[in-house]
Order: sequence, then C-alpha cells, then structure tokens
Amino acid sequence: MSWREKWIAFNTILSREIRRYMRIWLQTLLPPAITTGLYFVIFGNLIGSRIGEMGGFDYMEYIVPGLIMMAVITNSYANVVASFYNTKFQRHIEEMLVSPLPNYIILVGYILGGVSRGIIVGIIVTIMSLFFTDLSVDNIPITITVVFLTAILFSIFGFINAVFANSFDDISIVPTFILTPLTYLGGVFYSINMLPDFWRSVSMANPILYMVNTFRYGILGVSDINVTWAFIAIIVFIVGFFMFALHLLNSGRGIRS
Amino acid sequence: MAIALSIKNLEKTYDTGFQALKGIDLEVEQGDFFALLGPNGAGKSTTIGIICSLVNKSSGTVEIFGQDIDKNFSLAKKDLGVVPQEFNFSMFEKVIDIVATQAGFYGLTRSQALERSEHYLKKLGLWDKRNEKARFLSGGMKRRLMIVRALVHEPRLLILDEPTAGVDIELRRSMWEFMQEINDAGPTIILTTHYLEEAESLCRNIAIIDQGKIVKNTDMRSLLTQLSAETFILDTRNELEKAPVLENYSVKQIDSKCFEVEVEKDQNINNIFEQLNQKGIDIVSMRNKVNRLEELFVSLVENTSVSEKEDVKDGVSV
Repeated sequence: MSWREKWIAFNTILSREIRRYMRIWLQTLLPPAITTGLYFVIFGNLIGSRIGEMGGFDYMEYIVPGLIMMAVITNSYANVVASFYNTKFQRHIEEMLVSPLPNYIILVGYILGGVSRGIIVGIIVTIMSLFFTDLSVDNIPITITVVFLTAILFSIFGFINAVFANSFDDISIVPTFILTPLTYLGGVFYSINMLPDFWRSVSMANPILYMVNTFRYGILGVSDINVTWAFIAIIVFIVGFFMFALHLLNSGRGIRS
Repeated sequence: MAIALSIKNLEKTYDTGFQALKGIDLEVEQGDFFALLGPNGAGKSTTIGIICSLVNKSSGTVEIFGQDIDKNFSLAKKDLGVVPQEFNFSMFEKVIDIVATQAGFYGLTRSQALERSEHYLKKLGLWDKRNEKARFLSGGMKRRLMIVRALVHEPRLLILDEPTAGVDIELRRSMWEFMQEINDAGPTIILTTHYLEEAESLCRNIAIIDQGKIVKNTDMRSLLTQLSAETFILDTRNELEKAPVLENYSVKQIDSKCFEVEVEKDQNINNIFEQLNQKGIDIVSMRNKVNRLEELFVSLVENTSVSEKEDVKDGVSV
C-alpha cells in the first residue's frame, strides 16, 4: 500500500470509530458529563466549601484538573476496549484482517479513536467545570501535551485488554479493579503531601498520580511530583505498551486461530 | 496462463493438536471458476482462512498472483476478495457504510468508495436498503451484502465460501448468473459449496479435500467421466405390477408407476427405450437419481475414509 492509501485506510478506521461513539452518544458522551457534574456539586460545592484550601487553591479549583483527567483516562480506555472487543465478538475484525491494512495502521486507528473520545469528553467536562469555578490555564503546551499523551497511553491499555478479553465480563475487570482504584488514589481529590510518609511513598508507584499532577501543573502551576520525570515515564510507557500491543496484533493473539 | 493462487505444502495444526491440513498443494489458474469441495471439517475453511490471514499456518506457502502472503502481504491482499460463510459485519452499521468502509481499508477515497458501493449495491439489488442498518436485512440480503463488500475493491481473485447457503432457489439462480457474469469479466473465482449442482454448473475445475488432504484435483469434465454408472428414475403412464425386465440393465421398482435403471458408462439410453417400447410401457418423465457430482463426491470421500481406517489398522501414523 502506498502512504496515501495507508492514510486513507487510517482515516477510515478513525472515522468509523468516531461515528460509532457519536451514534451512541447517550452512552458515551452524556454519562461522563453527568457523573462529573455530580462530583462538582457534591465534592466541590457541598463538601469542598468545608474543606477549605488545598495546595494554595480552593478545593473546587484543586479537583477540577483531576476530574478532567479522570474523564479523559476512563473514556479513552473504555472506547478502545469496548470497540475492539465488539469488533472481535461480531467478527467484523475480519474485514480488516483480509484487507492489505498493516497492523500498525489498525492499532494507530483504534488508539486515535480512543484519544478523540477522551479529548471530547475532557472538553465537555472542562466546559461543565466553568459553571462551578473560574478556570485559567497556567501552561497551555504542558496541559495539551499531557492530556494527549495520557489519552494515548490509556487507549493502548484498552486495546491490550480487548485483545486478551474472551467475554464482556473481561472488559470490565480492569476498569473496576485496577483503573478506578488507581484513579481515585492518584491524587484527583487530595494532595499526596497530606498522606503519612509510608502511604506517600506507596502513592508514588501509581502511574496515574503522575498524569493527574502533570495536568494540574499545566492548569494551576502546582504539582506533587517532578513534571519532567512524569513526561519521561508517560512516553516510556507509551512506547513499551505500543510495541507490546503491536506484537499481540502481529502474532494474532485472540484474533487468529 | 498466469496462476491466481498457488498453495504449496500447506499444513495447519491447531493448538489442540488437531491437524487440519496435512500438506496441501493447489494451483488455480487466472480466470478459472474453481470449486473447492469437501465434507464438513475436511479443511476447506482452514485453507480459506489461511489464504485470507484469518488463520495462522503451521508451514507451507501461499501466493496470490505470484505474491507471497508473508513476504508481500499488501500486494497479495490487494487482489483478494472474500465472501465468508458466516455474517461478519457490524449489525449496527448502515449498509452503505459497511461497503464504503471496506473500500477505505483498500485505500480507495471516499468518493471512489461511494461510487463503487452504489454500482455494486445496485447490481445486487440492495441500493434501496443502503441506509438500513445491517441487522434489519433478511438472510439473503445479508449474503448479498457480503458479496458487494468483497467486490467493492474489484479483486482479481474472489473466494466465495458457501455464498448461497440459506438463500431461496430463485435468488440462488440469480446469484449464479451474477457469479458467472463476474467470472466472465475476468476475476478468478474459488467457490466452496454444499450444493454440488452449483459447483457442477458453474465451475470448470475442481479440487476435493478430505481429512486435510486433496483427494482429487482435476477439471470438472474429466471428473464426471469417471462415473462408472448413472442411475435414472423413470415415471410410467400406467401402473406396473413389477419392474420390467430389461436385457443387460439392472432395474429396480420404486412404486407402481416408477422404477430406476442403472446405466453403465459403456451402455446407452436408447436401448432402454427400445425395450420399453416393445413391452408397451409409456414413459412420461425421466431424471437422474442424484446429482452426478454428488455421486462421485460421496464415493471419493468414502474411499478416503476407508483408506484412513486401513492406515490406522496397519499402524501407520496419520
């Protein structure tokens, strides 16, 4: 395939992905808006007003970056895991496998599909947050870059989960038992500086902490961790897991007998 | 004549240890209408799966128009179109989107994809359904949709894996005409089917696969001449008490107005009618007992089973 043909094929996958989650926007775009709105009302307004300041900011201001990032993470992950597993389950993955599409185009197409949903939901949540607090961005390039990289990383995780999944139950195990706890313990609602030394050290092993804090740094200019190291860690994870996902696709794990 | 498909020493052993293909060699010439037949579980779908990259092979090579599917993956796949046995499209997408998306996977621009989609959807009578979601189509329409999807990038080699399964007779006949039309226009077609009448009327060459091996690979005409005898069923105008005795022919009564006659390859049918005329028996209709190819197919497959059993009995590893 020429590069032009590959570009067309990539766009075909991406536009099908976008068409898919737009078609079912009541299940894909609306729920995160409602859930995050509830977080803003309950944690931000009702409880937050009693908590006072955190990291030098109003509690509402402090949790907004974390909530935006949480929505980006869960939606980019959920989009790819659900879409790719469905493709396997309904067997229309065969449409791609019989075609001359290289595997890396398939992978990149699905990843960017997940990234696009993560970012759209992130924008929706950001707009929601404007009803509750004034939001100014301290460092635009860092903010945009970290959202984009985080969405890529969790889209790759979603893809890997979908490859290994053998049933619909398997696609909910990782979000329920790994992703949600790590997100909640990743400094979305609190600063890890509040924790005792031991739990603070344990928290440093949570990759989501780095993403949430880097994003918070981009918006508020404060972070519990070193932003440079956070970027390096995210990029290393992306490269490593991308190669692993590509290897799974090349070997036909879960898709070829 | 160029070779559209070349398979050499193809083997497949599944993780369970089941050896589905035991070293298959097959060549299909460009422009051919080729039948790949075999009983269920013979290895047809595994062979097709390997050609289409849906199944990983254990060993051997597959070339499509001279392009190795491992070494020149993209070039080989560009020339290939597949209509699978089971529905494998998204049931929630619109018909037009399914077809145009498939075209996009082959690098066709959106406008080219829509133009081709319109052409083939019209050709197969699905244009009116273009905006319907696939799950609302009837079984026959879904089959035709898979044919349209396989044709949209205009492949030079088209594999049809039981394309008319579950389709009513009228539609099946019109699909035969369409397949013939495609083949006449140039593309090579490989057909697997359980309707042997379909293979006999459409295909010029044939391979029969059984228990992971090719047991016959020849042209349809030579295969049919291998039939040592054919059985005809004759219906009489008047009731007969018993089957007529015909010199040199084996005759068996089916009911009072119907009997069957076995005709050896070196005998003729005229002689039967002469003898029946002399006996004053009026024949009102005559037909083959079973499809000729079906008879051969059964005998070939039965032979393989017997020889496999004998191999096992003799302690030969199979």
